[in-house]
Amino acid sequence: MWIYDKKLEFPVKIKKRNPKLAKLIITQYGGPDGELGASLRYLSQRFATVTPQAKAALTDIGTEELAHLEMIGAIVQQLTANLSIEEIKASGFEPFYVEHGLGVFPSSAAGDPFTAAAFQSKGDPVTDLYEDMAAEQKARSTYEYLLDMIDDPDVAAPIKFLREREIVHFQRFGESLEYVRSYLSANHYF
Amino acid sequence: MNNTLYKLTQLDFYAVDLQLYLDTHPNDAKAIAEYNKTINDAQKLRSDYEQTNGPLTSKYLSPAEKFDWIDEPWTWEEQYN
Ligand SMILES: [Fe+2]
Repeated sequence: MWIYDKKLEFPVKIKKRNPKLAKLIITQYGGPDGELGASLRYLSQRFATVTPQAKAALTDIGTEELAHLEMIGAIVQQLTANLSIEEIKASGFEPFYVEHGLGVFPSSAAGDPFTAAAFQSKGDPVTDLYEDMAAEQKARSTYEYLLDMIDDPDVAAPIKFLREREIVHFQRFGESLEYVRSYLSANHYF
Repeated sequence: MNNTLYKLTQLDFYAVDLQLYLDTHPNDAKAIAEYNKTINDAQKLRSDYEQTNGPLTSKYLSPAEKFDWIDEPWTWEEQYN
């Protein structure tokens, strides 16, 4: 089970509205390489994994991704808080606005709604961990592309934090893969 | 941002990072000691913060006159951070 901790993993405090940027950053909320997909991927895969290390890593990283989902939601909310109709029109935010108002909806930057089709849970601990390592790299790339689009240091700070976490997660999954490999070869599983 | 909350956020994050490290290095005694120390320090800060600002997690004893878990601002709001 989970218990909610009433704070963010890293503070998000944005003074300047920027709906154009919100439309891009939303992809890390519900896009193909976003935090929701990451969390569901790891929390689903853990049921089929082996070794205490891999079980713990998938559980704890899957949990941390939920904290990242929350940070992205907070960024989007603060970038769009109290926009006027004029600001919505001037920033090209109309397509999102007519579907979701100023709500936060899990979708990609291109507007595609969240789908579990972007990840796998293959029931094979080795296959799954390879996917996870690739997923962390894809998320890192996305954060780097987003940073190319961001001028506001208030927005860049949490995005940089999230980018660094992808690197740590990649490392932990790589280590988990080693445990899983030696466990499986010791048992002549394959 | 409240200074105690800021420090607690830092400590709790450090604990998250150490925990991930320990998941794949479960016999690193130095890291375990650092983890335990961090958890202890964070626990103290957390109760300090909660005494004046209300609960950070549910299952927290609430004052009789008001269930202050619901108090604003919530975490995603700019004023919270
Ligand atoms: Fe990650």
